[in-house]
Amino acid sequence: MTDVREALFIGRTTDGRTVRRPLSPHLQIYKPQITSGVSIFHRITGCALAAGTLLLVWWLVAAATSDSAFATVSAVVHTWLGHLVLFGWTAALWFHFCAGIRHLVWDSGRGFELPEVHASGRAVMVATGVLTVLTWLIGLVVV
Amino acid sequence: MEKSPTQTIMRSGLSRARGLGSAKSGTAHWWAERVTSIALVPLTLWFILVMFRLVGASRSEVYGWAGNPVNATLMLALVGITFHHMALGLQVVMEDYIHDEKTRLGLILLMKAVTALLAIAAIVAVLKLALVG
Repeated sequence: MTDVREALFIGRTTDGRTVRRPLSPHLQIYKPQITSGVSIFHRITGCALAAGTLLLVWWLVAAATSDSAFATVSAVVHTWLGHLVLFGWTAALWFHFCAGIRHLVWDSGRGFELPEVHASGRAVMVATGVLTVLTWLIGLVVV
Repeated sequence: MEKSPTQTIMRSGLSRARGLGSAKSGTAHWWAERVTSIALVPLTLWFILVMFRLVGASRSEVYGWAGNPVNATLMLALVGITFHHMALGLQVVMEDYIHDEKTRLGLILLMKAVTALLAIAAIVAVLKLALVG
């Protein structure tokens, strides 16, 4: 026994035998739902955006350092892989932005009814898609 | 039936609650996460607009952009608040998934150090772009 919390998992059956009580069901038991999907994706996009800040810092530091350092960042960003990373970054940013606003609405005590939770979850996904495509249309075509 | 034992607690409820829960400063962490997220709503929208202009810009264009004090101010705010929000969020993720206490503490400290250094590097870069131009 490595953790005192393990002691809480020891129970007794009606005939007095001690047994190890089961843990509550895990991810593989639950049916995937939009609520759990958006929730875990909020975490994943948060972590991805944390990694994405490396690109922002690299770009800022390179711009402040030298022409050759800045040229290196620009060259990397303007490869197809660079564009793919930027596209993923945009999508993750919009998702985390929209799902974050959903959390702020919940924090105000609103939107907890099941139909509302499902609708706001779908709204986050649709808004992410629309805003990501719109951002790239503006970025590539208009600007 | 025997009366259940009671105990008189001489301290006020507030003094018992203040900082003594299992989460210690959990409310402050949660609140800071919300405050930074609210600040990041307008700053992120501004950042997207800025990126339309600066992705693919030349170095002198970036210098010119950062030379405007409004741009430099908002960029510093964005960097500071983003990295604060990021450290708060990553800490919760690590607390949830790393079960060994020593590993968890070590990795959280490492994450805080890396996050702080990234923030400082970005701030130094923005200040140089803005002031040395």
